[in-house]
Amino acid sequence: MPPISISTRAPGAFEDVADDAPLPVAGAVIVSARRLAAERDGVFARNDAVGVVLQSHESPMQLPPEDLQRLSLVVLMFPKFRDGRGFSWARMLRTRLGFRGEIRARGHFLRDQIFFMARCGIDSLEGDHRITAEAVSAALATFTHVYQPAADGRRSVVLARHG
Amino acid sequence: MYRYDEFDARMVRERVAEFSGQVARRLAGELSEDEFKPLRLMNGLYLQLHAYMLRVAIPYGTLSSRQMRRLADIARRYDRGYGHFTTRQNIQFNWPKLVDVPAILDALAEVEMHAIQTSGNCIRNVTADHFAGAAADEVEDPRILSEIIRQWSTFHPEFSFLPRKFKIAVTGSPQDRAAIRVHDIGIACIRNAAGEAGYQVFAGGGQGRTPMLAHCVGDFVSRDDILAFLEAVMRVYNEEGRRDNMYKARIKILVHQLGADEMRRRVEAEFAEIKVQGALHLPHAEYQRILSYFAPPPFADLPAVSATEDAARARDGAFAAFVAQNIFPHKVPGYASVSISLKPIGGIPGDADAAQMDAVAEIAARYSFDEIRVTHEQNLVLPHVRRDDLYAVWQALSAAGLATANIGLVTDIIACPGLDYCDLANARSISIAQDISTRFADDASQRDLGELKIKISGCINACGHHHVGHIGILGVDKKGVEHYQISLGGSAAEDASLGEIVGPAVTADSVADAIETIVDVYRAHRTGGERLLDTYRRVGAQPFKERLHAAHQH
Ligand code: SF4
Repeated sequence: MPPISISTRAPGAFEDVADDAPLPVAGAVIVSARRLAAERDGVFARNDAVGVVLQSHESPMQLPPEDLQRLSLVVLMFPKFRDGRGFSWARMLRTRLGFRGEIRARGHFLRDQIFFMARCGIDSLEGDHRITAEAVSAALATFTHVYQPAADGRRSVVLARHG
Repeated sequence: MYRYDEFDARMVRERVAEFSGQVARRLAGELSEDEFKPLRLMNGLYLQLHAYMLRVAIPYGTLSSRQMRRLADIARRYDRGYGHFTTRQNIQFNWPKLVDVPAILDALAEVEMHAIQTSGNCIRNVTADHFAGAAADEVEDPRILSEIIRQWSTFHPEFSFLPRKFKIAVTGSPQDRAAIRVHDIGIACIRNAAGEAGYQVFAGGGQGRTPMLAHCVGDFVSRDDILAFLEAVMRVYNEEGRRDNMYKARIKILVHQLGADEMRRRVEAEFAEIKVQGALHLPHAEYQRILSYFAPPPFADLPAVSATEDAARARDGAFAAFVAQNIFPHKVPGYASVSISLKPIGGIPGDADAAQMDAVAEIAARYSFDEIRVTHEQNLVLPHVRRDDLYAVWQALSAAGLATANIGLVTDIIACPGLDYCDLANARSISIAQDISTRFADDASQRDLGELKIKISGCINACGHHHVGHIGILGVDKKGVEHYQISLGGSAAEDASLGEIVGPAVTADSVADAIETIVDVYRAHRTGGERLLDTYRRVGAQPFKERLHAAHQH
């Protein structure tokens, strides 16, 4: 299933490349953080977009800033829906590291988390069969207002109250 | 009291709709129980030994009469006619049906209540001093910051799937009645040398299997920065807290492993980053808006001493005893705060039936500006009563079976639900509390013992706060038989300390004997006005251990 968008950005088309597989001649790719670190020059020398996949214990703060600038996509893994580190990683990518590319959530999560994912700056989802377009649009409409600022630029209730 | 505006009301209504959908998906089999569990927990719904249990939030323990009446209605209609007030200032209903839960939540929403984040690995309902707004020693009403934190933490997109649950407590007075040092984050309202308002922030306290006292991570955080600072602590925890072992997942373990200094350094670094972005600044206008809801009620100008009260005390010894034990001084002359004990002799700590809830609502409406508080010691408080009305209030409480004069005494016992309800329990807690309460029922000897806090947990999760009991009692399982480990010397107040185990574990039928042994040792050693806790701190564990070993050798 292609990734489903939860922001104004259309998800890019990328090919996942395993650590032991050769990079394809052409086309956008997703590689692991380890491969990116080891083969930085080769990966970026291709003329196509590059994405990196971060496991839930891998902080985006560990990516060299010059790599982050050249990345078009960061995939955040959610190994189990209970593991909420991805929310912080997305938020930091957006508000601290100023990452402008696509952030994608992948793995096991519930539609009940999608509202939060969008708020933390995640753009697209690759979940299980229940993460459908209908589920996503319902989830994004869960709350009309928000109590706190996050990475989505929404005005919090506090600001709405005081103009 | 805080009142919802259109934003708050809508947020709660939308949450009820979301949860109703989750229940429907669960009933339709679209959600597995494993997936439903954290979702229902985040709305306070537990599956216990016999049935579901719904935990309703009472933010910082403040209730209006209308809300209390609604709780009584729910108890009558959806439960077995009673509710259970908890050590986190919430109320639990032990017998709701899953299909009824959306209707209960609707009924709560109508009176601006909810069950949001009363459980689950998220920021839980914030607790505060139950004498807020009434205590003479208050630097700042802690409910204002508590309400600000309630809103900021509600549906927090980043911190709803933390490694483990997260509890925040706020005290507005130097005398800590909110037990801040045993919370994940504890906050004390303070003033700096220039007289500016700010907060001292502690992190990493907790009870459970590894009890720890919180360390100071922020000496003085200014008011407009407080949410940014809290967000910094939360982020460090969300990133680095352990997720491989639920017993090591609380922030206290992280603070312990990093060391308090390193934790402080990381929080400060994160705080600096958040400040650069600047989005999480608390506007002065918002603080003022919330403060206005907590403006003092229209107190009358009264003499400090009430002739009516004095005459009634002289006339009626039972009333005099009640005043001596259950009244807390008020900051306004001529007023007092009245504690309502939910610990009748031989009763279940924290339980109130629907008629009692209605009675309290009625009394509060008439005599306490419509306000009620729930304490973390599982009692209720009428915060603002005229001293002239104390006798009438006492009579009304007596009629409802709510005039037990034992606040802070040996029979004012905290107990978790234990094996009677909880599927994690090793042992019963309630029946132990009942035994001790019955054993020490005599008024004169209770008063002679003075302040003595007994706290009972049915397992190492410590919901009954046994680590911080002057006497702590912990249920353990020994080859399938309920046993109880007794500790001494804990305190949750500003002199916070953790108790130490004294003597071998005893069986259920000898707990009251063991408590009696301990009390005897105290009586033999005490000097002056010492409490048991003071005597224990002065003479140490040895005399207690010796007598316990001698008395309970099997
Ligand atoms: S302390 Fe243990 S037995 Fe008591 S309520 Fe908590 S989990 Fe249950």
